[in-house]
Amino acid sequence: MMDVLVQQLFFAGAEVWLAVMAMVLLVVGAFVGNRATAAISYASVLVLAAAVAFIIGLNGHPRVSLFGGAISTDALANFGRIMVFVTAALAIVLGDRWMKRVGLQKFEYPVLMLLAALGMSVMVSANSLISLYLGIEMQSLALYVLAAFSRDNPKSSEAGLKYFVLGALSSGLLLYGISLIYGFTGQVGFAEIANALPTSSKVGVVFGLVFMLAGLAFKVSAAPFHMWTPDVYEGAPTPVVAFFSSAPKLAAMILTARVLTEGFALATPEWQQVLIVIAVLSMIFGSFGGLVQGNIKRLLAYSSIANMGFALVGLAAGTAAGVQSVLIYMVIYMLTSLGLFAGLLVTARQGRPLESFEDFAGLAKVRPGLALVMTLLLFSAAGIPPLAGFWGKFFVFKAALDAGLVWLAVIGVVLSVIAAFYYLKLIKVMWFDEGDRPVDGIAWDAGLVALAMALFVGPISWFVLPVLEPWALRAAAILF
Amino acid sequence: MGLYDIAFYIISAITVLAAVGVVAARNPVHAVLFLILAFFNAAGLMVLMGAEFLAMLLVVVYVGAVAVLFLFVVMMLDVDFVRLRQGFAQYLPAGLVGAIVLLVEMLVVTQAAKDIRQPMVAELRHPENVRAIGYELYTDYAFYFQACGIILLIAMIGAIVLTLRHHPNVRRQNIARQVGRRREDSMEIVSVKTGSGVEE
Repeated sequence: MMDVLVQQLFFAGAEVWLAVMAMVLLVVGAFVGNRATAAISYASVLVLAAAVAFIIGLNGHPRVSLFGGAISTDALANFGRIMVFVTAALAIVLGDRWMKRVGLQKFEYPVLMLLAALGMSVMVSANSLISLYLGIEMQSLALYVLAAFSRDNPKSSEAGLKYFVLGALSSGLLLYGISLIYGFTGQVGFAEIANALPTSSKVGVVFGLVFMLAGLAFKVSAAPFHMWTPDVYEGAPTPVVAFFSSAPKLAAMILTARVLTEGFALATPEWQQVLIVIAVLSMIFGSFGGLVQGNIKRLLAYSSIANMGFALVGLAAGTAAGVQSVLIYMVIYMLTSLGLFAGLLVTARQGRPLESFEDFAGLAKVRPGLALVMTLLLFSAAGIPPLAGFWGKFFVFKAALDAGLVWLAVIGVVLSVIAAFYYLKLIKVMWFDEGDRPVDGIAWDAGLVALAMALFVGPISWFVLPVLEPWALRAAAILF
Repeated sequence: MGLYDIAFYIISAITVLAAVGVVAARNPVHAVLFLILAFFNAAGLMVLMGAEFLAMLLVVVYVGAVAVLFLFVVMMLDVDFVRLRQGFAQYLPAGLVGAIVLLVEMLVVTQAAKDIRQPMVAELRHPENVRAIGYELYTDYAFYFQACGIILLIAMIGAIVLTLRHHPNVRRQNIARQVGRRREDSMEIVSVKTGSGVEE
């Protein structure tokens, strides 16, 4: 009995470690106060690095089901965990330096980040509807607080409140769907649901599934559940938004893929329809909505809505290659978006962050390096070959084509061309518009992150993609 | 129709009526009171199902804490309900469409409910409620239980981060200093001559 528990705790080592260390750092912070913020931030980065190292150590281990089927440690979960932890670490560094600059340093920031990462870790490894819900709540609750973190700024408070109220509503939808699924199948574990599906009422289960997908779509900000995204992105502190736009979406995507393929493989045609509708709507709203935005953070919010649409195209294929393409797409999207938001943090004008198109006018003359980095990232986001963003879209549309969803892929390509317009518009503003107003000095932490991401979407991705591709396939193969 | 059925129908009818009252009541305080009535009756339904511990919890937590908190909020915040209702007619068509779609869907689901083969009430591994819940919570559901704990911790941190303010000019109680205070530090015995007062 005892060694069973020890073994289970070992395989859930990353979660246990994060939870314990978050509490340790919280206590340290509570005693030492905000003076310790920098130390706690770097300690959290080390904690995340240790968790990544532990998971890499588990690499190749067959799937282990833990705590009576609540979560499992497998290739897909480990893929998600590594990506989530790496982004969380980057966001902690970005956020800590930024908060020091604006005088907002609080030790709760890294602790909340750790706890959000813990929630996402539960999400990517969830094997039952209860852990699905608990993981989502854990990360959302931490993210609501982080959105409102700059509490004396009314926009930040508004972002937190909007995110919280709409998030609570979506949790309600999710729970309603889960309760219906539980009612009609009598099970909460994904594998058990799959076994119970043939004998359960299809109407009831699909009805519950639709509600559950609505809740999940909210979490990845896919249309028609995207309305919170622009306001939250605009109001929340930029490093927090950088995190919002990356790890939570990957975690929710992996969770959606897992629950649909492991739990509802028999209802594939039904959820495929729902996903196709959500994907098309997200691509349309994201592409056209972004065209009229004047604020770059809002623009990137619409960009993320469109990107979720593209990723869902891959998921709608319902094949292992489809899930693989989603994983590749999400990783590339995450890093591009982190780079873009880090780029927004690099400089300011008399302490005012650069957030509108006018702010960026003629940036190439005063900060050519930053303009170059942003240009590379924007080209990648627009999907221009041979940058990484192109390959992400390539895999997604190829998976859709292989699954026979030709028209969906065509819509996707057309809309990605439309979305390319706003990325190119920003590039044009930076390089060809008049304006040489001076900017403040460079924040090197954000600059380095942006540079690293720009290099990643450029040359590094050509070496990473051949590794990422089989790795994502191994992770995706778990589900089929 | 036995006593059980009669009790069930009475209690559920009151629950539904109270729920309608929550939405329909003009006075927000009445709405909260209707909510409390609905909670009590839901607890009654749980007793009928044999879940007496959950019923008591519902009364203690929801009636005792949550509803009273609602009542406080409703009474203390100066919410202008007349103004809140002004947009009502404007949103009515969209709301109605949504409500009708939901209603139709739910009717479909109730039809599907005939296919449910599982019993509505789970079989207890233990005859006593508290023991059964404790047993489940600390064995099969230990992971979920711990995860809930962490979620509550996050909520606590969040509430503190967003609301705690240190005002620099407020005198705060320092218990160590209070306890460590000695008579010599704070008292001085002075013999005062009549008519001359105390010198500082």
